[in-house]
Amino acid sequence: MAMEVVRGREWKRVQIAPGALDRAFFEAAARGELLYQRCPACGHGQFYPRLLCTACGADTAWVKASGRGVVHTFTIVRQNGQAPFKDELPYAVAMVELDEGVRMMGNVTGCPVESVRVGMAVEAYAVECGDGLAVPFWRPVEHAARK
Amino acid sequence: MKARDPVIVGVGLSDAPRAPHLDSTGHHVQAIRRALADAALEKRAIDGYLCAGMGASPAEAVSMAEYLGIDHRYVDGTMTGGSSFEFHVQHAAAAIREGLCETVLVSYGSDFLSRRGRTLGTGGFGLSRVSGADMYSAPYGLPIVGGYAMVARRHMHEFGTTSEQLAEIAVGVREFAGLNPNAMYREPIAVADVLASRMIADPLHLLDCCVVTDGGGAFLMTTAERARDLRKPAVRVLGAAGAQTHWNISQMPDYTTSAGATCIPEAFARAAVHPNDVDTLQFYDSFTITVLVLLEDAGFCKKGEGGAYVEQGHLRRGGRRPLNTDGGGLSACHSGMRGLFLIAEAVRQLRGEAGAAQVPDARIALAVGSGGWLSCIGAVVLGRE
Repeated sequence: MAMEVVRGREWKRVQIAPGALDRAFFEAAARGELLYQRCPACGHGQFYPRLLCTACGADTAWVKASGRGVVHTFTIVRQNGQAPFKDELPYAVAMVELDEGVRMMGNVTGCPVESVRVGMAVEAYAVECGDGLAVPFWRPVEHAARK
Repeated sequence: MKARDPVIVGVGLSDAPRAPHLDSTGHHVQAIRRALADAALEKRAIDGYLCAGMGASPAEAVSMAEYLGIDHRYVDGTMTGGSSFEFHVQHAAAAIREGLCETVLVSYGSDFLSRRGRTLGTGGFGLSRVSGADMYSAPYGLPIVGGYAMVARRHMHEFGTTSEQLAEIAVGVREFAGLNPNAMYREPIAVADVLASRMIADPLHLLDCCVVTDGGGAFLMTTAERARDLRKPAVRVLGAAGAQTHWNISQMPDYTTSAGATCIPEAFARAAVHPNDVDTLQFYDSFTITVLVLLEDAGFCKKGEGGAYVEQGHLRRGGRRPLNTDGGGLSACHSGMRGLFLIAEAVRQLRGEAGAAQVPDARIALAVGSGGWLSCIGAVVLGRE
């Protein structure tokens, strides 16, 4: 299942400067694909991407994720002096556990921050950040169903 | 005690919590002079040096050694965040036992409040471009406090831990701050005050968070044999251990358990000390949740029962095992990396120098530092002779 990709919105957040390995992840996100790594040798899943499997040390391989997961834990940030975040308070930051078992950090958007819960079902979408790259975000699964 | 058993023989703290007259180097120098005077040691006796800091130089230990004029035979700039100094005790103790050096200085200095203002936990890092692992977290605006809030949230979810229970930790530590003339905040607080303070990152309130101050410290270690000629009673390093489960909060394997679950029992085993033998705890209290997780990981209660344990009052003044008797990072002093102050306060207690905050007949102290986001934990068991 492809992620929705939000295009043409001004990217005000930190600029990412990916090397060759990481570029593949952000380019895939711009195509609507959410990637993570699974070790062909031992089957260990991991994220963020690395040049080796943290379990066995072998070369890693990219795998497409479903883009679905649940909130494993989260916080609602109510104080942050840094732009652009100070203008977006309050906002939710979560660790999302993907259906595939690995965890990714991201903002949960598209719902009141007070409604975010541990165990909440979320899906990924991506926002373009320039240079043919995009960054994943999360929203409640109901968000898609309502549309 | 064997001749080369490692001991702490001198401790010094620099001016805190506000010291606009000192820069970070000034904090180092003032604290080092006070530690040398405390031990009645000459600077030229130092042949081992360890330090860590938030300065620009990754070569902080060797550049400080040059500034201070220390011709070391052993040097170590291990940087694990706030727990660096517990790791330093472990390393220095091994170096002393092995005979790599005789007299070790560990120092720290920070002008955080005067120089950078009060945004350590809520200001982010102000980076405009990121690479590597930071690309998978920096776009989401998680401040330092937010990482700890995620730990608190998960702990509440799994075990029913409450904000009231976390607040008990802040209340107890504040009582000790009232006894410390150098503490940042000294007015007593109640649980209701913590809950009424503004939410910074749910579920952590302002009073669940450490203060931001200036401050530095130094301590001196040597052999038990050499300590006999010095002024103050030596404090023994009975056992030390460190461990790491992650660095970035996104990589924490279990959001309710730290590397303390590994290294604190190891430190106890090396010291041949049981948790029940510990008279006072000097625990890294960057946030109330930090203490709660470390208490469980240390084995004072089962995983998930930290909230109930705290409510029983063991950590309070007059309790079985008083916590952070200098007022802690929550109320007294946190200049960015608090680990050195944990050692300093443990030594003060074991020497019986803590005045109104003295734990009666304190014989064994446990100092546990946490660096990063409950990432790198260092545990040190100290005892008086």
